[in-house]
Amino acid sequence: MIAVLAFYLFATLTIVPALLVISARNPVHSVLWLILAFFNAAGLMLLVGAEFIAMVLVIVYVGAVAVLFLFVVMMLDVDFASLRSGFTKNLPFGLLLALALLAEIVIAVGAQRAGPVSATIPAAPQPNIVALGEMLYSRFLFPFEIAGLILLVAMIGAIVLTHRSRGDVRGQNVSKQIGRRPSEAVKNMQPGVGEGMTL
Amino acid sequence: MIGLAHYLTVAAILFVLGVLGIFLNRRNVILMLMAIELILLAVNINLVAFSAFLGDLTGQVMAMFVLTVAAAEAAIGLAILVVFFRRRGSIAVDDVNRMHG
Repeated sequence: MIAVLAFYLFATLTIVPALLVISARNPVHSVLWLILAFFNAAGLMLLVGAEFIAMVLVIVYVGAVAVLFLFVVMMLDVDFASLRSGFTKNLPFGLLLALALLAEIVIAVGAQRAGPVSATIPAAPQPNIVALGEMLYSRFLFPFEIAGLILLVAMIGAIVLTHRSRGDVRGQNVSKQIGRRPSEAVKNMQPGVGEGMTL
Repeated sequence: MIGLAHYLTVAAILFVLGVLGIFLNRRNVILMLMAIELILLAVNINLVAFSAFLGDLTGQVMAMFVLTVAAAEAAIGLAILVVFFRRRGSIAVDDVNRMHG
């Protein structure tokens, strides 16, 4: 009974914030609603026993992606009100398209049977994280490595894209530093007593 | 009792909301990226629900890969957005077609 109530609570708190994400006037509010939707989606996944995915969802989506969105929204000084100009104009067509898409999904789900779907969640022989780890590092090892590669490419790409070299900053010239020799950097002077020295 | 159909319904509604978000905010790239995140979240819910109710963990592994790609996509998309804003001072999609090849 509690599981049913929790499902409806999490489902409502996923769908309503998702609606507010796409309709909020202020993009900062959109990001905050997005965070709420992610949290409750993680709750939905907890209910079916996917603990690891739920935690990764919170860490990656809420901790990284949403914060990235928040940074960019607050960093860019954009007049967001002017960007909403097409909202009401696109609304009828968008709603029509969304309803058509929903109808298609409903028909497709009704027509296709996924296979032997159990009515309840089958009991797992071992903890979720253990089973997932064993799969990731054996059968899915190469896809897992490629996922890491994708993240590396994304990281380098983001740095290269947003990096700008500013001309007015005095930085370290490493090759010049390494190329220095004592013979040209140090001069040994032996001035006589009472004499000054000219460099 | 909550079954697979309930989860598929939630994911379908979330997916349609994401598509609707892309249509409604045709000029705001940040909101379009957020709508894409909603779509990928719906896909993840589908994968995890099928994985749980079929008793096959492959779906959860796939959900992790979707998550990876979503994170990479958000990072690259926002980086492109920041660069675009620096050059043009605007993030309206209408201004992007000025490149003309």
